Amino acid sequence: MSSPSPELQTSPVLASSAAGGCFHCGEPCPDAAFAVEGKAFCCFGCQTVFSLLRENGLGQFYELNSAPGTRIRAASAAAKWAFLDDPTVAENLFDYADKTQAKVTLHLPAIHCVACVWLLENLFKLHPGIGHSQVNFSRREAAITFAPDKIKFSELVALLASIGYEPELTFGETEKIKPSSWRKKAWLQIGVAGFAFGNIMLMSLPFYFGLDSFNGPWFKLIAGWLGLAFALPVVAFSAADFWRAAWLSLRQRTITLEVPIVLGLAAIYVSSVIEVLAQRGPGYCDSLCGLIFFLLCGRLFQKKTYDRLTFDRDYKGFFPLSVVRKHSGGEAGVAISQLGIGDHLILRNGELLPADAKLVSGEACMDYSFVTGESEPVARAAGAHLYAGGRQVGGAIEVETVKSVAQSYLAALWNNEAFRKNSDHDLDSLTNRYSKRFTKLVIGIALAAAGFWIFRDATKALKAFISVLIVACPCALALAAPLAHGTAQRILARLKIFLKNALVIERMAEVDTIVLDKTGTLTTADAGGVEFQNAECGVRSAELSAEETNWIGSLARHSTHPNSVRIARSLSFSNLPVAGFKETPGGGIEGEIAGHKILLGARAWLKKCGVAARGDARPTNDKSSSATSVAIDGIYRGAFAFENSLRPEVAQLISQLGGKYELALLSGDNEREAARFQKLFGARAILKFNQSPADKLNFVRELQSRGRKVMMVGDGLNDAGALKQAEVGVAVVEQIGIFSPASDVILDAAELPRLARVLAFSRGAARVVRAGFVISALYNLAGVSIAAAGLLSPIVCAILMPLSSATVVVFSCGATAWLAQRAFGVRWQSAAATPLLLPAQPQNSGVALRFPPQSKLEAA
Amino acid sequence: MSVVIILIVASLAVALLFLAGFVWAVRSGQYEDIVTPSLRVLAEDAKNKISETKSTLK
Repeated sequence: MSSPSPELQTSPVLASSAAGGCFHCGEPCPDAAFAVEGKAFCCFGCQTVFSLLRENGLGQFYELNSAPGTRIRAASAAAKWAFLDDPTVAENLFDYADKTQAKVTLHLPAIHCVACVWLLENLFKLHPGIGHSQVNFSRREAAITFAPDKIKFSELVALLASIGYEPELTFGETEKIKPSSWRKKAWLQIGVAGFAFGNIMLMSLPFYFGLDSFNGPWFKLIAGWLGLAFALPVVAFSAADFWRAAWLSLRQRTITLEVPIVLGLAAIYVSSVIEVLAQRGPGYCDSLCGLIFFLLCGRLFQKKTYDRLTFDRDYKGFFPLSVVRKHSGGEAGVAISQLGIGDHLILRNGELLPADAKLVSGEACMDYSFVTGESEPVARAAGAHLYAGGRQVGGAIEVETVKSVAQSYLAALWNNEAFRKNSDHDLDSLTNRYSKRFTKLVIGIALAAAGFWIFRDATKALKAFISVLIVACPCALALAAPLAHGTAQRILARLKIFLKNALVIERMAEVDTIVLDKTGTLTTADAGGVEFQNAECGVRSAELSAEETNWIGSLARHSTHPNSVRIARSLSFSNLPVAGFKETPGGGIEGEIAGHKILLGARAWLKKCGVAARGDARPTNDKSSSATSVAIDGIYRGAFAFENSLRPEVAQLISQLGGKYELALLSGDNEREAARFQKLFGARAILKFNQSPADKLNFVRELQSRGRKVMMVGDGLNDAGALKQAEVGVAVVEQIGIFSPASDVILDAAELPRLARVLAFSRGAARVVRAGFVISALYNLAGVSIAAAGLLSPIVCAILMPLSSATVVVFSCGATAWLAQRAFGVRWQSAAATPLLLPAQPQNSGVALRFPPQSKLEAA
Repeated sequence: MSVVIILIVASLAVALLFLAGFVWAVRSGQYEDIVTPSLRVLAEDAKNKISETKSTLK
């Protein structure tokens, strides 16, 4: 390797001549240019972090994990974060604040290992103004207490960024939802119910075995009263949610499953009170508490949530927290919530336009792929109207906002009624449809039994009535669905398919129409081919020779820009040393190889660099707008064009789905690929192009009005309306944990081919639930016939209820796990275990995201 | 017979103690995050190991 130029040292260079890699971040370092205490570092940033940590006695960071750090991509200036000192921003972000102390919870995506946890919890050693800090690993969050009079919030954030933990601050997060306390309450309810269940059962044991007579009649009394005392908090506190749900459903004049449950609970408690008062026996409090305990366990099992995922994000989560605003004195970061109409903003390469605006100066090239689904960035001249949500590609532009953030084109979609409707389809669930008939039947039987006994033996009438209600209490029934769904949800999560809640499984089983988005869902830019076009603009230049290919490849591999990465991956070249490497953001990269000056970048940038463009005619090929041009020794040689291509195995998926479901394709893109997709989808499928987000939503709504149950599969904000409107919205994401629109299912893009099997699995799970209903109905039938005969005793109750619950639990979990093993080859054991340490999430720059592992580069 | 009453009172006292402990644990947030503590304990281990090696070096 030649001696590196000064530019080479400071630019993000990736080469691999040094063994071992950077001591801080593990990325290969080109040489030992940065070394302290015999340790090599890839860049000055990493070396600084090492020195900082060593000086403050935090060297243990490096002993907990090898190369635990994150690459410091850019020096962080405190000025960049100055907008955070604005009181309104602070008010929104802080959990608590007064003059001397403030507490803030920050999302730090870089948290990925033990060492991170340790370092962040020892943050106080780095600055006297920082107090206690606590990490939540699964949420990637750190709660930090600090003294605002000693360290400003902006300085705290800058410090975090400088050691590699740049917080992800988005507009949506500023109006944060506090972590709900339902989990705490659920644990307490279960704890109380379990406590009462165990203790009452302990005292009831002598009765089960007929040993109570040894203790004398007073023992029955004590056990009875104690049981009633213990059961009271269980009925009032632990079962409170059931009472509330039952009351709500009655007020809405429907019967949900909670109604017969609550009837049963009330019947058990009342009859226990009567038994104890009449000194007949200890009552049924053991069964009562056990029943509530099992119900609560089932409910907690069903309420599986994913700390790292949000299913309800709106467009705000897509926006950054701040933008650069131009004012008379210069530029400054400003919080998006403070943005007004008529503000002048500066957008640089890769930055997002948060509000509709007019272009003032610069060459705008807006990438709307996430908003509209158009795959190609569009060029706009000064004076043009730019819609919110676009990302600038290329050089910096200046824009003037014409609408506020909340009124922009992007936000308008969220005013649609689809976003106001309550997405809980709970009332229509399988269980509730079943329970309507069930409840009527039970009350009918109870009345009939009471009526029968009134004429024979009036004393038994009330007992028979209450007994039927007790035994018919659909405890096992209430467990069947939560357990089958909960198990299915956990198994799918193992396959990187995350469901918003367990009920989604049931809705998925009923789907009969699938609507797919094209760009980003079926196609991907990353897997697409790279094609070198040398005949652009009608002027033929010579084909690239093998030597020239080596030069271009060697240059491209030095940059982490997605286009460079794709070019380097597509070429077969042998690596050559590069001198004078320089990267111009939004322009391109340049360098000298074997005495030849190579330029790789946007056409406009090449022109600026003095490359003679041969003919200014607009290229006929519409792909070339995102092409990367090449010049060697000042002569224009052509361009690399990138194709969007189908994700692997998508063709098989379509043919698998085509047989069972009605398919439709919606795309915001133009019709250029219509023929290709019509062939893929078959003649019957509906294909629509040039669809706006609102068109997509209306298409789904129109299908639903014809009685269709629709599953929408999409990826971007442009699909957000349709995802919300559909019975099941599936968001396809490249990386779990980064932004995805509101949806019911979040699916890792690599798992898309599994969709057909997931749907089949969900239908299987629904069948398991139905079978569970049948089993519990059989138990109820047996119980009811005993009860109607007036023969129910505490011991029968104490045996029958747990037995029926246990059968349903084992059946639901077991059958679902068996189905999963057959469909995906996943075992339940492995589904229960979650990987403890996860790979680091990339910073929100988006560059690292697409960067291939080193091994791939080596192969290239 | 009264011995049974003493036993019941004693066992209930112990059980209530455990219930109080559980309520305290939930209230203080120990059930909020069950992943991080398992990582934290690894870091504490490493610290002890370092101090051990240091003491043996002396």
